[in-house]
Parts: sequence; structure tokens; C-alpha cells
Amino acid sequence: MHELGIMTGVVDSVREAALANGACKVFKVSLRVGVMTEVIEESLTFAYEALTEHDPLFSGSELTVTMVEPRSRCTACGLEFSHDRYHVTCPDCGGLGRLLEGRELCIDSIEVDIPDEASSPDEASAAAGNPDLDEASAAASAPFATQDTPSPQA
Amino acid sequence: MKIDMHSQPILDKNNRQAQANRQLFAQKQVFVLDLLASPGSGKTSTILATIEALRDEFNIAVIEGDIASNVDAVKISAQGIAAVQVNTGGACHLESQMIRQAVEVLDLDNLDLIIIENVGNLVCPTDFDLGENAKVMILSVPEGDDKPLKYPGVFQAAEAIILNKVDTMPVFNFDNEAFTSAVAQLNPEAPIFPISATKSEGVEAWADWLRARIESIQ
Repeated sequence: MHELGIMTGVVDSVREAALANGACKVFKVSLRVGVMTEVIEESLTFAYEALTEHDPLFSGSELTVTMVEPRSRCTACGLEFSHDRYHVTCPDCGGLGRLLEGRELCIDSIEVDIPDEASSPDEASAAAGNPDLDEASAAASAPFATQDTPSPQA
Repeated sequence: MKIDMHSQPILDKNNRQAQANRQLFAQKQVFVLDLLASPGSGKTSTILATIEALRDEFNIAVIEGDIASNVDAVKISAQGIAAVQVNTGGACHLESQMIRQAVEVLDLDNLDLIIIENVGNLVCPTDFDLGENAKVMILSVPEGDDKPLKYPGVFQAAEAIILNKVDTMPVFNFDNEAFTSAVAQLNPEAPIFPISATKSEGVEAWADWLRARIESIQ
């Protein structure tokens, strides 16, 4: 249900990164999505198509979604184990599993066409009216993919 | 050309605002509870029962998230509790920016607890950090004991689970053992509080848990 809102964020971030690099065309967007999130792959694809259909920067582009299966480490015995959405307890000792992978919601990479590779990203960024490249890069390194709980405490 | 996005979080914008909210709430020493549940599970009744149990000890405000209308905020305000209505205008969940705007009209310096009643939905709100101290969910008995198997995400995100309308258990053939065991597989640390909000039954244990959490940040 909320995939459209999520995909709006993806398209905005991709546009920002593409323009900051002086790209005139986006060919491919690669996402990584954990199975433990409440996101459905088909709905993401549908939302992407709906949002980019009439957008020249994105027209004809491809979305790939890699679904990440959940893996946890037992807080009692330390065993690392794969599991499904419904069982996060340790198969050996029954202890509580802390999620290592499976809650990802991130953009891995994009493939773009840059008409004049010689022009520097800084110039291209300025030309696109997008001076926020540094902020975007800083945000890109923020950890989220493997946080222990969905809502970290203050 | 391939551009490495360094695993940029898709919900980056929401997460950053949530972090700013969290810092603000910590600075003001106000505990923020994000309450998730289905429509008709008794969210507003549970909030009213919680207010009744804790209002002598804490200053409480409520943020009501609904797609439309202000009927819930009116019910809360009638009890003399500050209530802010957030209408999402069709969106199926609250986002951190909406909470930031909502708290602007609240007197954070004089509050101990903000209860956020999220949009009635067991799916979408799970993925959105609002900057809360804890997500808690309500399941009502008529919804059925199989819900942990259908909505595992919310049962995992919740730090505590309120099982409401327990007085109707015999009528709905609710298998409490199956329910408890499914929750234990998903989230063994979360306590389950069986209550009947409209009859004020079982509310003490839930209120004790919440009281301890509020006091832990003060």
C-alpha cells in the first residue's frame, strides 16, 4: 500500500544523484529490499512504472529489486542462522535472534548516460541547480540496512 | 556509467527527521509511544483507559492519525487531554515530518507522555520510524489468533503487545495458546497484556509497564 510513497523517495534520490553526476538519462535502478520489511516487490515495480512513465530522464529505464532473505545471530549462543518471516528464535537453543540482514530498504546503484564524460560532476551539479551533492553523499553513508531493531531507542 | 549509491536508505528523509524528533523528545524528557493496530481494534478506547490509569502521575497528550475526520481527537479532548489531529489525506501511515508538525502545537516542556495513535493498519506504519521511544501494538480478540502469522512485521516491531477485548474470547474461539506461541516465535521479548479497555480490566499491568518506561527516561 505504501510502495508508491516509498518509490517517490527512490525516484527523487535517483534524480538527485543522476543530475549531480551530469547524467541525461537513467537506464537502470537497483534496489535491495529485505524480506522482513512490509514491502511487496510487484507493488514497487508498479509504482516505479507509474511514476517514471512520462519522465524523460527515466523513460525506458529498468528497475531491479533484489530481495534479501533474513539472517539473525542468536543473542544467547551466538549461532548465525537463516530463517523465514515468522521464526526469529534460534533453532539450536531457542534464544532470541537479532537480525543481521533482512530489513534493508536501500538503493544499491544506478546506471546512467552521461553525455560529456569530460565535464566535472561539480559543474554538472551546478548546471542542474543541485548544490546538495555533499549532503546527499553524507546521507548515503547513514547505516540502516542491518540495524538491530526497527525503532532504535534514544 | 554506473553510480554506486552506497546502499542509500530509501526512507532516508523520514529516518533523518525521525532522528531529529527523537533528539527533541529526549531533550524535553517526553516519552513518545507509537500505537499500531487495525481499525476497530479499540485504539481510542485503550488510549482513554491508559489516560485514566496514568493521568494523576503524568501530563499526557495524544496525536491522532487518521486518513480523515477528527472524531477521535474530539473524544480525547472531551477528557481534558490535549489532542492533535493529523489527517494523512489518504496515506496509510504517519511519517516523521507529520509528527514534527503536530508537536509544534504541544507544550513539550510540560509533557511526560505523548501517545501517537497511528493510522489503523497493521502493515505500512511498521516501516516508518517516527522518532518514538517505543512502538506498541494492539490486537483485538475478534481479529483472530492467526494474525501474527499474517502480519509478522508489526508483531516484531512492537515492544509490547496489548490483546484487547479479552472478555469476548469464548465467543470468537480465540486460541490464546496458539497466539502466544506464534508471538513467542516472532518476538520472544515482548510482553503480552490481555485487557478489556472498555471495562477497564487488565489495564494495571499495561499501565505499570508504560509507567516504568516513562520513568526510565526522566
